[in-house]
Amino acid sequence: MIRLDKVSKVYPDGTRAVIDVSFEVPDGELCVLLGPSGCGKTTSMKMINRLIPITEGEIYIDGKNTGEMDENELRRNIGYAIQDIGLFPHMTVGQNIETVPVLKGWSKVERAKRAEELLELMGMPPGEFKNKYPSELSGGQRQRVGVARCLGADPSLLLMDEPFGAIDPITRVRLQGEFLKIQEVLKKTIIFVTHDIYEAIKMGDKIALMNEGRLVQYGTPAELLYRPENEFVESFVGADRALKGLQLLRVKEIMTDTAPTAKPDEKAEAVRARMEQEGIDWLAVVDIGGRFVGGVNRLDLSGGRTVKEVMSPPAAAPVDAVLNEAISLMLGSGLNTLAVVDRDRKLLGVLTFDAIREALAKLGQRGEDQ
Amino acid sequence: MRDAWQILVRRPEVVLDRTLEHLQMVGIACGIAIVIGVPLGIFISGKGKRRQAIADTVLYVAEIAMTVPSIALFGFVMAILSSLNLPSLGLPPAIIALVIYAQLPILRNTYTAIRGVDPAIIESGRGMGMSESQLLFKVKLPLAIPVIMAGLRTSVVATIAIAAIAALIGAGGLGWFIRWGLRQYRMDLIIVGSVSVAIIGILFDVLMHRVERWVTPKGLKRSVRQ
Repeated sequence: MIRLDKVSKVYPDGTRAVIDVSFEVPDGELCVLLGPSGCGKTTSMKMINRLIPITEGEIYIDGKNTGEMDENELRRNIGYAIQDIGLFPHMTVGQNIETVPVLKGWSKVERAKRAEELLELMGMPPGEFKNKYPSELSGGQRQRVGVARCLGADPSLLLMDEPFGAIDPITRVRLQGEFLKIQEVLKKTIIFVTHDIYEAIKMGDKIALMNEGRLVQYGTPAELLYRPENEFVESFVGADRALKGLQLLRVKEIMTDTAPTAKPDEKAEAVRARMEQEGIDWLAVVDIGGRFVGGVNRLDLSGGRTVKEVMSPPAAAPVDAVLNEAISLMLGSGLNTLAVVDRDRKLLGVLTFDAIREALAKLGQRGEDQ
Repeated sequence: MRDAWQILVRRPEVVLDRTLEHLQMVGIACGIAIVIGVPLGIFISGKGKRRQAIADTVLYVAEIAMTVPSIALFGFVMAILSSLNLPSLGLPPAIIALVIYAQLPILRNTYTAIRGVDPAIIESGRGMGMSESQLLFKVKLPLAIPVIMAGLRTSVVATIAIAAIAALIGAGGLGWFIRWGLRQYRMDLIIVGSVSVAIIGILFDVLMHRVERWVTPKGLKRSVRQ
């Protein structure tokens, strides 16, 4: 657990970068420090590992005052990843990841084992990447190594300053997803700095919104979206908060677990009759292996053809996707109903537009009730 | 030209002796310059306003020393030494003058190289809990080495050329041939002296280019970078 207690930063020239900031992040939670540039979010983060000295107030990690610890010792126990990554170009990927373990005096065997574990975790085969130099990696791979390095000595607390900031949007979204999955397993306590509200909503268990050095609101993403405490929060969140709220929900949370199905080589007439009888407009076509291969609307089923010939292309939402991805698929394919599939494209259920609308309404209420 | 060749053929030992003398002079001067220049360069590259002021002063003085014509610098050194009742002819004043000359490229490159290390790299090192000395030896110096070596090369090559003047104050070396050639109007001596200096200069330039590549950390080499 990490607790900031009335922390302020005043520079010698009188600039007040951070003013009286207090908040607490429980173990295993990811707290996003969010705000426009110059709001003091990075300064606040850097005061935690004392890269920037605190002017007033205290910061406690697991109840211990960081001001009383040895600076280097403190930092070796906190993972640190920054936007510019700052990989050491003269060291291999493996050596980079082993930086903190070396500083902490781990044995060579332990270090090597840990580096390989972390590369595996990042989806980078150690055999291929361990001995490469940073200059031989792509931007996304470097970011991954940066994250692996900050996990090097298995710290319980991580500080991440826009760790996915310097890469293209597509890779960024993928890395965010990968990182969330890793976090589900590792359950680290994380302070995550960003100026991107979409990233904040997607990544944060809690968001600390800052402006002009002050903490403006601290709460869950839903609270920020649906119960802004003042005009600044409201304007920062934006008028399209309902759209942003789509990121808070995942397909698996609101899908229907069952779906009417048909086989590809069934007769269209027969299937149509069945649909009319059961009063359904859409069904999923699955092959013998249970994989989703397409969808059919009742109105398309006619003549002596088979289902395979009239079905629409297999537009499907991955079960882990967030709702805005699902909506985007719906708009793109013109369908009101999407099949939900797992990684192997096995059919898991369906997602309807009505279900999304209902869920959003509920989310708004929940935010306002809290 | 043919006369010059004759000297080389008939008295190779003289040419060899003078060459060794020359190299010894350059070696001692550059050795001292490294011992002073690299640590001083590291020191003045440190953080803080006061350190910056020291850096500005040191670099300024070193640059001024470079603008003094080399012959005049030898003269200055002799004058100062004789006013202190120290030997003002021969090797000692020559070496002192050469050290002053060799200093700037080493000092400036060390300073620039360490200052030039990407701040993000330094911040991530510090953020992971490296002490200042660990940062210096594990991060800053390895990254600065190629540029420091380039300064060293400039310094050695320049010193090889300037050391030819040292013969004027009786320090020997390949300048000895030039000095006698000028005095006795013997073109062959002048050619032997100046061509030898040029050859040694080129040789060391090539050699130290090699060393530069060799000491550059693997991850920084251009062949790896693409």
